[in-house]
Amino acid sequence: MSLIAILFYVMAVITIGSALFVAYSDNLVRSVFMFFITLFGLAGLYVFAMADFVAITQIVVYVGGILVLILFAFMLSGREAIGRLKHQATKFIGFKNLPSLMLAVLFFIVLLNVISKADFDHLNWTASATAAGNVIAGSDTTTENIGINLMTRYLLPFEAVSILLMMVLMGAAHLSRKEGEA
Amino acid sequence: MIPLSHFLIVSAVLFCIGLYMVVTKHNAILVLIGIELILNAAILNLVAFGKYDKLNNNGQIFAIFAIVLAAATTAVALAIILNVYRRYKTIDPDKVNQLKD
Repeated sequence: MSLIAILFYVMAVITIGSALFVAYSDNLVRSVFMFFITLFGLAGLYVFAMADFVAITQIVVYVGGILVLILFAFMLSGREAIGRLKHQATKFIGFKNLPSLMLAVLFFIVLLNVISKADFDHLNWTASATAAGNVIAGSDTTTENIGINLMTRYLLPFEAVSILLMMVLMGAAHLSRKEGEA
Repeated sequence: MIPLSHFLIVSAVLFCIGLYMVVTKHNAILVLIGIELILNAAILNLVAFGKYDKLNNNGQIFAIFAIVLAAATTAVALAIILNVYRRYKTIDPDKVNQLKD
């Protein structure tokens, strides 16, 4: 087992463990901060999938943007929302949560079945990509190619996303204004 | 190298944790975190398959777009959550059960 594989499995265990803690914990603040760790672990996994640029984007956008936004939201939504959460004290495998736990586990079994049946390691198109040398190797730098593709091949979706972001900016500001100001 | 199916298994686990959170949690912010977990599972799949496309980077660019869209969704959803809290004084999705006030 090489060092890369060991690091991959350590990263996977960290990601899944912290995600389980997020689902398990009754404390909202703790689960938000454990969600940090899940996102960092996922960024690590992206690096192992040869996507350095996506990993950096993940850290910048998710950890820098979304998590700060979530922290803001639950601090603005007052103490009683957090306090009420503590009162419920739902057990992880309580009677109430049993159906949803079964849903999640059964869906996981379905997904595992699909993954094992589809035999993703020997697909036709991945084999032809490997034969054509179209696979990203560890020594390649992909960022330059992503930039060129973004400005040529994917220019239309890029512009569409920028318009969408502007609309989101206006929409979020409009929604979160004080009521009664027209 | 790490086989593709291991990435897919990790992403399946994350998807199911997210599904569980969306169904069980009594707090809109935690439901939102569950949705983020599901989105991240999907992005992990895109990135894992994107390894086999060095020229066009289809998978990675789609993953970047998905991240941006997730950020936009979260911003609007949190604005809606703040509005719901202001009106109902709770962010439990089960208790928000009327359309007009």
